Amino acid sequence: MTAFDEMFPGASGPRRPYASYDQWLKDQDPGRLTEKMRDAESVFRKTGITFAVYGEEEAAERLIPFDIVPRIISGNEWRRLTLGIEQRVQALNAFLDDIYHRQEILRSGRLPRELIANNVAFLPEMIGLRPPAGVYTHIIGVDIVRISEDEFYVLEDNARTPSGVSYMLENRETMMQLFPELFKRVKVRPVENYPQLLRQSLAAVKPNNVAGAPTIAVLTPGSFNSAYFEHAFLADQMGVQLVEGQDLRVVDGHVAMRTTEGYKQIDVLYRRVDDDYLDPLTFRADSALGVPGIMDVYRAGNITIANAPGTGIADDKAIYSYMPEIIEFYTGRKPILGNIPTWRCSDPSSLSYVQEHLHELVVKEVHGSGGYGMLVGPAASKKEREAFAKKLAARPSNYIAQPTLSLSTCPILTEKGLAPRHVDLRPFVLVSDRIQIVPGGLTRVALKEGSLVVNSSQGGGTKDTWVLDD
Amino acid sequence: MRLKITHRTEYHYDQPIRYGLQRLRLTPVSGPLQTILDWKLTVEGAQEEVRFLDQFGNQTILVSIGGALQTVSVLAEGEVETADKAGVFGQHRGFAPLWLYQQDTPLTVRGEGVAAVVASVGAGADLERLHELKDVVGKRVAYSSGQTNVATTAEQAIAAGAGVCQDHAHVFCAAARALGFPARYVSGYLLMDGVVEQVASHAWAEAHVPRLGWVAFDAANGISPDERYVTVATGRDYRDAMPISGILLGQAEERLEVRITVEQ
Amino acid sequence: MLLGRTANGLYWMSRYIERADNMARLIDAGLRMALTRTQNASEEWNSVLLSAGADVAFSQKYTEYTASEVSDFLLRDTSNPSSVISSIETARGNARMVRTALTRETWESINEAWMSLKRLLASPIDERELPKVLDAIKRETALIRGSFFGTMLRNEIFDFYQIGTYIERADNTARILDVKYYVLLPSISWVGSTLDNYQWESILRSVSAHRSYRWVYDADYKPSNIADYLILNSRMPRSLTFSYRFITEHLRALAQDYGELHSSHTMSERIYSKLKNGSIKEIFDTGLHEFLNDFICDNQVLGDQVALDYSFH
Repeated sequence: MTAFDEMFPGASGPRRPYASYDQWLKDQDPGRLTEKMRDAESVFRKTGITFAVYGEEEAAERLIPFDIVPRIISGNEWRRLTLGIEQRVQALNAFLDDIYHRQEILRSGRLPRELIANNVAFLPEMIGLRPPAGVYTHIIGVDIVRISEDEFYVLEDNARTPSGVSYMLENRETMMQLFPELFKRVKVRPVENYPQLLRQSLAAVKPNNVAGAPTIAVLTPGSFNSAYFEHAFLADQMGVQLVEGQDLRVVDGHVAMRTTEGYKQIDVLYRRVDDDYLDPLTFRADSALGVPGIMDVYRAGNITIANAPGTGIADDKAIYSYMPEIIEFYTGRKPILGNIPTWRCSDPSSLSYVQEHLHELVVKEVHGSGGYGMLVGPAASKKEREAFAKKLAARPSNYIAQPTLSLSTCPILTEKGLAPRHVDLRPFVLVSDRIQIVPGGLTRVALKEGSLVVNSSQGGGTKDTWVLDD
Repeated sequence: MRLKITHRTEYHYDQPIRYGLQRLRLTPVSGPLQTILDWKLTVEGAQEEVRFLDQFGNQTILVSIGGALQTVSVLAEGEVETADKAGVFGQHRGFAPLWLYQQDTPLTVRGEGVAAVVASVGAGADLERLHELKDVVGKRVAYSSGQTNVATTAEQAIAAGAGVCQDHAHVFCAAARALGFPARYVSGYLLMDGVVEQVASHAWAEAHVPRLGWVAFDAANGISPDERYVTVATGRDYRDAMPISGILLGQAEERLEVRITVEQ
Repeated sequence: MLLGRTANGLYWMSRYIERADNMARLIDAGLRMALTRTQNASEEWNSVLLSAGADVAFSQKYTEYTASEVSDFLLRDTSNPSSVISSIETARGNARMVRTALTRETWESINEAWMSLKRLLASPIDERELPKVLDAIKRETALIRGSFFGTMLRNEIFDFYQIGTYIERADNTARILDVKYYVLLPSISWVGSTLDNYQWESILRSVSAHRSYRWVYDADYKPSNIADYLILNSRMPRSLTFSYRFITEHLRALAQDYGELHSSHTMSERIYSKLKNGSIKEIFDTGLHEFLNDFICDNQVLGDQVALDYSFH
C-alpha cells in the first residue's frame, strides 16, 4: 500500500499547489536549507516555544521539531474542507444543546442512551444551561487526514480545549523570517489575524447582562502545564490577562481577578483547565487549579466559559462513531466530510472482529488523547499486541478501533534530502455568532519513516500549512 | 394546609475566615404539592453572590464569607400552602432526564445489602411494590440517630441496620432504582404532630411510576407524604439536595447550630 | 491593569537577577582577597558567605572555607536557594510566569541567560576558569538589564521590577557593610593604621566600587568615607541612598498611577528621608552596626508591605 504523496504523487513532477514552491526549491543550495533548519531550531529554543512531555523527568521542556518544507493546500481543496468543517461544527453545537436539554436525539433512538449515561464527559451540572449565544464549543480543532487526491476524513473532533494554534502562528512567523522571498513568489493566505479573531469571537459571546466591552482572560493551569507556552502566547497576542485559579475568586456575583488595584470582574474566560479541575465546589474538591463557585456564577449567567464545561461529550471517541448520524439528525444533510469507519468494542461482534484483526487496526482508548494508550497494530510487535489484547478483553467498552489508513505524505527535509512522511491536519475553528476558520492549521508530521503517529508527545513534528490564494 | 416554617442555621468559627463560600439550597419552589406564599432568606455575616436554579430545578444561593466576623447565620422562613395528594407529585419537570435518576451515585451504590432489600419485595403493581419497599426499608433500617452521618452510604446503613431519614431515603432510592424505577432524594420539612420545634430537617424519597409520575414515600415514618410535608430540594442523593454545602480556606474549626420550627 | 501575582513575579524575578549579579561580585572580591592575602583566605571566604547570608547552610555541608568549596556552593549548589544557578532558575521561572508582561527581548534575554548559565555551571569550575565564569554571569545579567531598560514601557510593570531590584540591592550592600562594620569603626582608623586597607578594598570590590571610590575621594581610604560612599552617596548606584531614591520614585509612580497611597509609601519615604538627611557622623555616633541592622530589618518589612499593599498573594 503506497501512500498518496501531496507533493509528488507520481513520477510526473509536483502537484499543482506545489509547482511554484518546487521551482523555488530547485534553485536552493541544499547546504543553505540545512542551515536554515538549524536557525529555525535556535529561534524556537530562544523564544522558549517548548512543550512538556508527561512522564519524562529529564527534558521537562522540549521543542517540537519543525520542518521547513510547507504543507500546501489549494484554494479549492480548502473551500471544500471548510464547508465540511462548518457543517460539523454546527452539528456539534446543536448536539450539545440538545444533550443538555430535551435529548431529542436519544428519544428518537438515533443515539443509544448508554453512550451518554455511562459517559464521564457528560456533566449533569450543565443540564438546562444555555450559554450566551447558545454556543457550547467556541474553539474547535478538527483533525483531518487525507488518503488520496479527493478523500479527506475527519479523524477526531477536539471540542474541549484543542491546542496547537500557537504552533500554527509561530511556524508561519518562522517561515516568513527564514524565507521572506518565498512569500513574494507564492500567494499564501494569512493566518496571523487568528488572535484578533479569537478575541472578537470571545467578545461576541459575552454574558447578556454585560453592556460594554467585556473583560476577557485566559485561564491556565500554570507554568508547569505542557501547553503553558500557548496559553501565554494567546493571552499576549489577544492583549488579555493570563490568569491562574489562585488569581480568581467570586466577588460581587462575578468571577474576579486579583490585581494590584483590587479585584476586577471577568466576563469571558477562555479556560485551558479541564472540567474536572474547574470548580472545586462542584467537581473535584481537591483541585487547586480552578475557581470555587465559578459554576454557580455561570449558571447565574454572569460569566461566559469557553469552551463550556461538558463539551467533552461531543468529542468522545465513542460518540465519534455516531457523528454521521449526529450530523444528519441536526443539519438534515449527509456529512460533507466522512468519518473513518470505527468499530466500537463495547459491541460484542465488533469486539471479536477487532480481536481477530489487531495486527491491521489502530485501537484507541475512548477517553484518551495525545496518542497515549493506543495501539498501532501493523507497527506493534507481537508482544505489544498480546499485552494490548489483554487490556482490551478486560475493558472492551474502553476502546474503539479503526482501520490503519494510509495517511497522505508530504516531504520533509532530511540529511539526505527530501523524504516523504505521513501528515495530518488540524484546522482551527472559532464559533460565536458566526463560524470562522483561519485558512491554515497545524500540520503534524510523523518524523520516523513509515510511522503513522503524528502526536508531538510521540515523536511527531510540525510544518507550516499554506492555503493558497487561488 | 398552611405551614409556617423557620429554619435558622448558625456557623461559629474559632478564628476569622480568610475566604469561604456556602451554597444554600433553602428556598422551596411552588409545585403540584405546594404553593409558596411567602419566603425569605436572611443571611448575616456573609454576602450573597448569585442565585440560580440548579440542574434539578432547586433554587440555589451562593454566599461568600471573609473578614473579621466569626459567625454566619442563615435564616430561612416563610409560609407554604400544601395539599394532600397522597404523595403524588405528578409529571417530571425540567431538563434532567429520567434516566439520570436511575443511576447509582456514590451514596446510593447498590451492593449485597440493597439486593437483599429488593429481594424481599414481592411481585405486584408498581405502587404496591413501592409501598412494600417503603415498609421493608423502615424495618431493615431502624430509626436511630448518631449511628450514621452525612457521608454514610445506603449499603453502610443497611449493614448497620440503623440510620436517620437521610439513610432511609438513600436505601429507598437505591432499591427503587434496582427495581427499575427512577428515584430521587427529597429534602424538606415535616410538621410533626404536637411539636413545633424540629430536631432536623427531614428527608424522604420519590419514585417515578409510569403514568403517575413522581410519587413520594417516607420510609422513616412509613407513610406517603401528605400535606404536612414541604419539599425544599431534590436530587439523585443527599449531596445534590444538601441544604448547605461549602468550601473554606484556612484552618478554622466550625461549630454548627440548627433550629427548625414548623407550625400550622 | 496588572495581576497581583504578576506584580509578585516581576518583583521576585528582578530580585533574583540582582542576586545572581551580586553573588558574582561577592565571589569576585573574595577571590581577589584570597589571592593577595593568602594567610587570611579562609576568614575572607567566611565573610563572603556571611554577606551572602549563606554561612549556616554552608557549614552544614562543609567544614573548610576554601575558594573551590565556597564558590561551588555560591555558584552551582542547587540546594542553596541563593546560589547563582538557583537564582537564575527562580528568575527564569518567574519570568516564564509573567511572560505576557515582558517584551520579547526581555524574555529572550532571561531565557538565554538561563540556558547559557546552566551550561556554564553544569560541572565543577576549575579555579583558573572562575574569573571567566564570573564575568559571564555579570555579562548575562547586564544583558537582561539592558534589554529590559531598552524595551520596556515605563509603567507599573517597570515600577515593580525596579522596586524588586533596589530592595535586593540595598539588602546586599547593607549586609556587606554589616559583616565588616568593625573595620570601619573610627576607633581603629584614628590610629592612622593602614592595616585594614585590604579589608576596605574588599568591601569596595564586592560592590564594584573600588575604582569609582578613587575618583570621588581622591584615593583617600578612610573608613568614614567608605561608609559614607556605600550608605549615603546619592550617585553611587549600589548605595543605600541611591537604592531608596529609586524605591521611593517607583512607589510614587505607582501611587500616581493608581491614585492611591498605601502604608508602603509612608514607610519608604521615612527610610529615604532618614538616609537623605543623615550624616555619617551621626550614624557612627548611634552605632554603625545598629544602624545597619535596623536598615536591613526596615528594608525587609517594606518588601513585605509592598506585597501586601499590591495584593501579591
